[in-house]
Amino acid sequence: MSMVEFHDVQKYYGKFHALHDINLKIDKGETVVLIGPSGSGKSTLIRTINRLESIQGGKLIVNNQDLSNPKTDSNRLRQDVGMVFQHFNLYKNKNVLENIMLAPRIVSHLPEEENKKQALDLLKMVGLEDKAQNMPAQISGGQKQRVAIARSLAMRPKLLLFDEPTSALDPEMIDDVLQVIKKVTSASEMTSLIVTHEMGFAKEVANRVIFMDEGQIVEDDESALFYKKPQTMRAQQFLSKIISH
Amino acid sequence: MINIFNHFGNQLLDGFGWTLLASFLALVFSLLFGILLALLEVVPAKFANQVGRTYVEIFRNIPLLIIVMFFYLIVPKYFVQLDGFSAGTIGLFLYTSAFIAEIIRSGIQAVSNGQMEGARSTGMTYQQALQHIILPQALKIVIPPLGNQFVSLIKDSSILAFVAGFDLMYQANAIASVTFDTINSYLVIGVLYLLITMPLSYYMQYLEKRLA
Repeated sequence: MSMVEFHDVQKYYGKFHALHDINLKIDKGETVVLIGPSGSGKSTLIRTINRLESIQGGKLIVNNQDLSNPKTDSNRLRQDVGMVFQHFNLYKNKNVLENIMLAPRIVSHLPEEENKKQALDLLKMVGLEDKAQNMPAQISGGQKQRVAIARSLAMRPKLLLFDEPTSALDPEMIDDVLQVIKKVTSASEMTSLIVTHEMGFAKEVANRVIFMDEGQIVEDDESALFYKKPQTMRAQQFLSKIISH
Repeated sequence: MINIFNHFGNQLLDGFGWTLLASFLALVFSLLFGILLALLEVVPAKFANQVGRTYVEIFRNIPLLIIVMFFYLIVPKYFVQLDGFSAGTIGLFLYTSAFIAEIIRSGIQAVSNGQMEGARSTGMTYQQALQHIILPQALKIVIPPLGNQFVSLIKDSSILAFVAGFDLMYQANAIASVTFDTINSYLVIGVLYLLITMPLSYYMQYLEKRLA
């Protein structure tokens, strides 16, 4: 069973062809890592999956809903598709607990008590139960990102999208966040798609690695295979540069 | 000054009352209407954006006096009877709405787009995101310029004097023309204006601190 299916998907920003004939199928339970140089369309690609970006051609099916059909309800779709952003995007006017509880309360109408219990459980899972009453401005970047992960999990998504979740973090905080992501994505029923530059981490958690360049998917391999010997020159080049650092 | 106040106390008090009433009505209505206009300008709907934009551009680019004159001279002639006080207050409220709309629109747009995306990505509707996330944050940003605008509004209410609105400025004109003590007549109402604007200024500062 597939969770995400791209068929010849095209995306334009004005005249700029940001996504070029994207064909991609992601099965339920898979953990897929998306890598590539900046400007290659990785972020754009995952943002089309929860419709933060529209597509201009082709067919895109997510969780059995056809996103190429303008009638498809984006709000309904997003309840099953969580997203974790590079810059966290925690609600600045709400404390940590409220950040997690708001959507379950007003979108999925979870009873208040159950909602609170779930939020506290999630905070515990990400190791921040003592920060429940803090405002986002009072916690560190790594802590913010862990709250953001808890917030997306509170909607009990079937698919999680991570858009460079550690790129805005201090090196010392990256590991805490990666550990949480690892825990979350290893749940067998969770499907995840991760844009990252953390190669070691990608190697560890991913079943599959997709390499993008100039709006196209250049390579799509099993994780182990990709690191051993990328098929294309472009991927080899990219990998050698990253690893030598 | 004391002399003027002793002789014309009732008249000045009357003017103070009308100025207060005109300012209060214009403030409440322009705030509500300004918020509505700002929302028209930011919602993802081209037609609504155009309507909001057009209103703002027309009303903030015409002198207040001309708007008030329109309601004092033209509207009664063709539509509905309006006295000076009503014409002045309506003009003031429509004029100020345009400025308040701009303040609130810029406040909403100053909240980073990530806040909206964060909210929408959890399945919230546009309205829910606006209500729970964007507007509360925008409110904090707009308090100082909004306070500015409210103070301007109170001072602008002196436009009522041109259309016999019985406000402070009108009374000062009347007193000056009887006593020929021009300086003191206007000094007195200057102080009375301060009595309205200063507490408002302090209240807005208090709000700013409390919300920050």
